[in-house]
Amino acid sequence: MEKLIVSVSPHLRGKNTTTKIMLDVIIAMLPALIASVLIFGIRALVLTAVCVATCVAAEALFCLIAKKPIPVGDLSAVVTGMLLAFNLPVTLPIWQAVLGSVIAIVVVKQLFGGLGMNFANPALTARIALFLAFSATTMANYARPVKEALWKFNLADTDLITSATPLAVSGEEAPNLVGLLLGTHNGVLGETCALALIIGGIYLVVRKVITFHIPVVYVATVFVLAFVAALVGGAGFVGALNDATYQILAGGLMLGAIFMATDYVTSPYTKWGKVIFALGCGVITFAIRQWGSYPEGVSFSILFMNILAPYISNWTAPKALGGVKAK
Amino acid sequence: MLPKLNGVKVPHRKNTAAMPAVAMPTPKTVTIPMNMHIGAPSKPCVNVGDMVKVGQIIAEAGGFVSAPVHASVSGKVTAIGPMLASNGGQMTAITIESDGEMAVCETCVPPEVTDYDSFIAAVRASGAVGLGGAGFPTSVKLDVKDTSRIQEVVINGAECEPYITSDTRTMIDDAQWVKEGVELLKKFLDVKKVVIGIEKNKPEAIAKMQELANNDSTISVKALPSVYPQGGEKVLIYNCVGKVVPEGKLPIDVGVVVMNCTTLTFLAKYMKTGMPLVEKVLTVDGSAVANPQNVIAPIGTSMQEIFDFCGGFKADPKKVLYGGPMMGIAVPDTSFPIMKNTNAILAFAKKDAVLPEPTPCIRCGKCMTACPFNLMPVEFARALATGDMALLEKRKVNLCMECGCCSFVCPARRPLVENNKLAKAELRKYQMEKNGGNK
Repeated sequence: MEKLIVSVSPHLRGKNTTTKIMLDVIIAMLPALIASVLIFGIRALVLTAVCVATCVAAEALFCLIAKKPIPVGDLSAVVTGMLLAFNLPVTLPIWQAVLGSVIAIVVVKQLFGGLGMNFANPALTARIALFLAFSATTMANYARPVKEALWKFNLADTDLITSATPLAVSGEEAPNLVGLLLGTHNGVLGETCALALIIGGIYLVVRKVITFHIPVVYVATVFVLAFVAALVGGAGFVGALNDATYQILAGGLMLGAIFMATDYVTSPYTKWGKVIFALGCGVITFAIRQWGSYPEGVSFSILFMNILAPYISNWTAPKALGGVKAK
Repeated sequence: MLPKLNGVKVPHRKNTAAMPAVAMPTPKTVTIPMNMHIGAPSKPCVNVGDMVKVGQIIAEAGGFVSAPVHASVSGKVTAIGPMLASNGGQMTAITIESDGEMAVCETCVPPEVTDYDSFIAAVRASGAVGLGGAGFPTSVKLDVKDTSRIQEVVINGAECEPYITSDTRTMIDDAQWVKEGVELLKKFLDVKKVVIGIEKNKPEAIAKMQELANNDSTISVKALPSVYPQGGEKVLIYNCVGKVVPEGKLPIDVGVVVMNCTTLTFLAKYMKTGMPLVEKVLTVDGSAVANPQNVIAPIGTSMQEIFDFCGGFKADPKKVLYGGPMMGIAVPDTSFPIMKNTNAILAFAKKDAVLPEPTPCIRCGKCMTACPFNLMPVEFARALATGDMALLEKRKVNLCMECGCCSFVCPARRPLVENNKLAKAELRKYQMEKNGGNK
């Protein structure tokens, strides 16, 4: 008789795989991608495609050179590419998008050991790198959605009005709350339509890819702090409510809270760890927005908390059932 | 209310639940290992060439935590020697060539049981071990000295492993024996409360046990959600009586005795007939088996003979297990014998036998949220890789019962149980060295 396979139990495995999880994340990002195309035009799709293609190619190439097995089909590079694109202004030159993708995959992910080994979120760190490199020019120019520009790939200067994120404007220039929810205002590709992002977030929670802890605590923390700050500033109850709602819908908070801060690899894996992590993200985001020199603080806050994530996991390890403290 | 324990939803595949066990014909030979229980191996007390009868003692208990072994067929002892154990080690086994008579030994008369001591002695003589799978000698478990320590007895009818239905059949077909068993516990161990824990996917068994409970206020039936590992001892205690067994302690330390339903029915039958543990009801199933069913087989029968009795294989078997797919032990070939604690043998065709290749850990933490004991397999793996024994100690890898939930849910298909087993062994070694080898 032929030799039987001998292996350690369990001999039965669940159906979930890393690829399926990544696919779910991609599906969850589709509403925001569709929204970005409707808001910013076909160039949004092109930019996303460039980032995805570069990320996948850069990963394959790096692994080839480093003589590592090429991670075929785990889709994590696709997720990184999409997330990075979501963080870029639609007007960004293609070569800068390519550069960002290479930074995300090669520098932040593969040089630290590849999938599961990076300590910071690749897309987010690459965004920060681009932001710091090009903040005087392209990375600070947020296109305001203009109908005429929708289906043009080459955006001539006349086609668009660029301006700052809604977080940096006030008065009549500021979009109303409905506009923020629908995303018809200036900003980076994937961040403007809060509604599409929330739909994606609900999908991820329903599919049990993520738990509600990080997005809800993160957004709630920013909301509460902004509300209190507005109250202290003398905005009145309704005014403060308005302000706080504006704060959570504008800028990259929804994108960051739902898709960036929930990255498994760079966030704590314990329940209470997630709560502390999100709380920290919220406090730092608020602090940067309120007192910092940048109008936006989502990326920096998540990056900072990424570094703390392993420690937070350690501090919040659950008590083993029946476990007795070691002597 | 106590917080709910974690666990996983495994497929049930209780294909044989409606099939009462069928006795198979007497095998030509049986090979009976001396290590069919936890504890010291039994010591053979027959010689090659001796004629033995069914129920005759062929090996004595090898220590306090041990159990005697009895002949399961009548015939001639043809060999006493080493054989490969399923864990890769060596053990001694006695081979008996059957004469086909199945002549019963004269010593098999109902034991005289009048009090606690004679009851424990009878349990010891019966060769009973935990039939749920662990194989802990029953006499040792029941020998609590002071019966007032027992606040409740939990009867394990959870049978949470996929495929296995032998306990289900016991509860349905031998309900009156469960009742007899409870009477014994009441009479000799002064037990005042018996909780029978059964997963909800066994409505017929629950109904049968509920009938017993209706006529006896000592007994209650707890229908448990079908969440694996519901039948794990500590999990069952938690869910049936709401107690946590602390690290390093036994259930009796919190006033609980857990008994598998089949162990209890065996004891009840033994007290009436005097026939020791010589045969076993087991589920034969898996994608390679032609006619899955429940079989009554003499202990020591080879797996191959039982598979043959079940119509042989309909597909080439690539993996054969003692027990269920979550905790069962894979064997290298089908010559391995049925043991006291074997409740199933499963044979799988290729598609169910080959495990998926592991991919890198993405630190999703799903292994943690699946672990019934709140352990962190993701950290064990890292601690083992870096040799961080202090972390393994702090995170309690020693509490891992190897139920398999973590490996089951892992989206990266990582061999987490394998890791945990290694980590446990490494930690034991480290602790022994730390304590100067005094432990």
